Amino acid sequence: MKQEYTITVYTENQVGLLNRIAIMFSRRKINIESLNTSPSEVEGIHRFTIVINETEDVVRKLVRQIEKQVDVLKAYYNTNDEIIWQELALYKVPTDEIAEKVKVERLLREHGARAVVIRKDYTIFETSGHREETDKLISVLEPVGLIEFVRSARVAIIKESRGFHEKLKEFEETEPHPSTRENEYLDQGENVFVM
Amino acid sequence: MDTALKTAPATTTQEIRTITGSQALCEAMIQEGVKTIFGYPGGAIMPIYDALYGYEDKLEHILVRHEQGGIHAAQGYARTSGRTGVVFATSGPGATNLVTGLADAMIDSTPLVCITGQVFAHLLGTDAFQETDVINITTPVTKWNYQITDATEIPEILAKAFYIAGSGRPGPVLIDITKNAQLQAFEYKGYKPCHHIRSYRPKPVVRKSYVEEAARLINEAERPFVIFGQGVILGGAEQEFKAFIEKAGIPAAWTILGLSALSTDHPLNVGMLGMHGNYGPNVLTNECDVLIAIGMRFDDRVTGRLDKYAKQAKVIHLDIDPAEIDKNIKATVPVWGDCKETLPMLTALVQQKAYPKWLDKFRECTKREDEAVFQGELHPTTPILSMGEVIDTLNHITDGNAIIVTDVGQHQMVACRYAKFNQSRSNVTSGGLGTMGFALPAAIGAKFGAPDREVVAVIGDGGFQMTLQELGTIMQSGVKVKIIILNNNFLGMVRQWQELFHDRRYSSVDIQSPDFVALAAAYGISGQSVSDRPLLKPALEAMINHDGSYLLEVMVGKENNVFPMVPQGCGVAEIRLK
Repeated sequence: MKQEYTITVYTENQVGLLNRIAIMFSRRKINIESLNTSPSEVEGIHRFTIVINETEDVVRKLVRQIEKQVDVLKAYYNTNDEIIWQELALYKVPTDEIAEKVKVERLLREHGARAVVIRKDYTIFETSGHREETDKLISVLEPVGLIEFVRSARVAIIKESRGFHEKLKEFEETEPHPSTRENEYLDQGENVFVM
Repeated sequence: MDTALKTAPATTTQEIRTITGSQALCEAMIQEGVKTIFGYPGGAIMPIYDALYGYEDKLEHILVRHEQGGIHAAQGYARTSGRTGVVFATSGPGATNLVTGLADAMIDSTPLVCITGQVFAHLLGTDAFQETDVINITTPVTKWNYQITDATEIPEILAKAFYIAGSGRPGPVLIDITKNAQLQAFEYKGYKPCHHIRSYRPKPVVRKSYVEEAARLINEAERPFVIFGQGVILGGAEQEFKAFIEKAGIPAAWTILGLSALSTDHPLNVGMLGMHGNYGPNVLTNECDVLIAIGMRFDDRVTGRLDKYAKQAKVIHLDIDPAEIDKNIKATVPVWGDCKETLPMLTALVQQKAYPKWLDKFRECTKREDEAVFQGELHPTTPILSMGEVIDTLNHITDGNAIIVTDVGQHQMVACRYAKFNQSRSNVTSGGLGTMGFALPAAIGAKFGAPDREVVAVIGDGGFQMTLQELGTIMQSGVKVKIIILNNNFLGMVRQWQELFHDRRYSSVDIQSPDFVALAAAYGISGQSVSDRPLLKPALEAMINHDGSYLLEVMVGKENNVFPMVPQGCGVAEIRLK
């Protein structure tokens, strides 16, 4: 069954790596629903957050192929239950209209939004949340002349994750320690031996 | 005086000396033990060729006739020598001509380092003369690639390139170097080989518990079956592999790239897997109870229809590449790691056993195949020669000691089915990609990689015409390669499919050929053409005994088919004997 999966990839900061990762999806004709790449908490290491709609079987194989790339340190995949995620949205609306027709204060409170810029001609609101939440604010603002809207890609934190600093130490050792978790799959002994 | 000293190239008196990027590249080649480079010069790689001129005594450069020939030669070199093949090409068309070879090396896990010239860094993205986006074109067909725009990067990046190409599951690496970096002089601090990259794990940690679980399954098995691929050869684990199957007493069949890892006359060698493999290994895949896959990737040409493949068996999969586990066939027990390490661990835990009844089943299958296929192929009753009898006759002359390089098509299947091999790294073929035109240049490289061995290229009339310009490379380099063209005046494999699956609608498979012997003669290569049975053996002997390259054209049956065959979309047990 296809469902939304969030793929988290830790990589070296290397020219051309975005293409190397992107073509792994396009080769299999998988559409990328959302893609974010930015520096991680560890200097020099970038974090990709990629959202796709696929079956687990496809995602598992794909993530292994991604992790195999030389400049990729680690790749994870998670269902929506296993992550906390947000998208950031910006809304540009005419200040006149807003001031006249909308109870701005209530709007901001209800949608957890804040005004980033207030000018004579326009105002920019910002909010973050899941897709439905940012969509809701569009529907509120559209009747009052929404000029422009933009949404960021998803960023996600894996609930179980213990951060990447520890993991990186393992990678920096020349010889991997026997206790190194090479792949989560391998540590699920009982689930692996399907007899 | 002072200035003269400063600008003199490669001042060697000091520890830190000033050299150009091109010289640093040549130094890297020497440090990595490279002796032979296959390549073709051009505008954007001229500084490197200029530097190469000064390293002539240390680095042998083989001038090919086309960059595709260069990369296939490097592949042949890597496959027979076990070392990393090196290719030089210029920017633009020179680089794009490498793409087929890169794809071939990628899918067949062949270690290569390809150096391409690139336009000056300030011209990148300006549609400069012979500029092409090589990095992005080659990304899907390289294990790693990198563009160098500054000479100071050259030593470190080259060290990484050789490390990545040759370690773990090997593969092709491409390094694109802009012309300014080739020309740039910098303070060279020496070359340091690379042994570790933090984001790269060449091999997974071996998990003992999985080896133990695998051993338990093997010890409890009644009809275990080993299938092995090139992983055994790439891991240099031929002895470890032999020790394992001999102790466990398990029959073993090979993929086309695993061929020659185990000598063909070994009593436990039961033959070839896959679409045109032997009858027994295919049929009995669906009768074994434990299937032990070693260094192979369950290619679709091996498995046929996946939902009809070894459904009854528990699968133990030994592979160095974690991404191969469960990719096509779900493993009951995955044994990750270099089989050079995992096989001895497994051998220590398995019981000494033999399965005479199970082996008899393979023998019965061989008997059936012998009656239905071998007899007709090896001892035809018609006056027209068959491909199989050519290979069989060659076996008697070389006694299985030659390196056989094959192209793609019917002749390839026949050569792999019937050729005898006594030692590893003797079978060079384009397996995964199926690149017609591979064999002639690959044979050149194979000979440079194993100069003391006899190299025989077996090629079809179609494939030969794809890269026949490399006869020029043979002529100029003087490399001694024996070439057999099995000429059926057809693109035989496509014709066979048209006969079997497209109502004999022979669309564009009737291919005309030049006078191959005269063509070879034009390049100063001796040769002859035979079509009569009594002349076959003497002709093959003349070819082998000839001191120099030789081209032997053998006219074979026009509409012969390769059998057995697992038709596409069928399970392995549905293999057809005719």
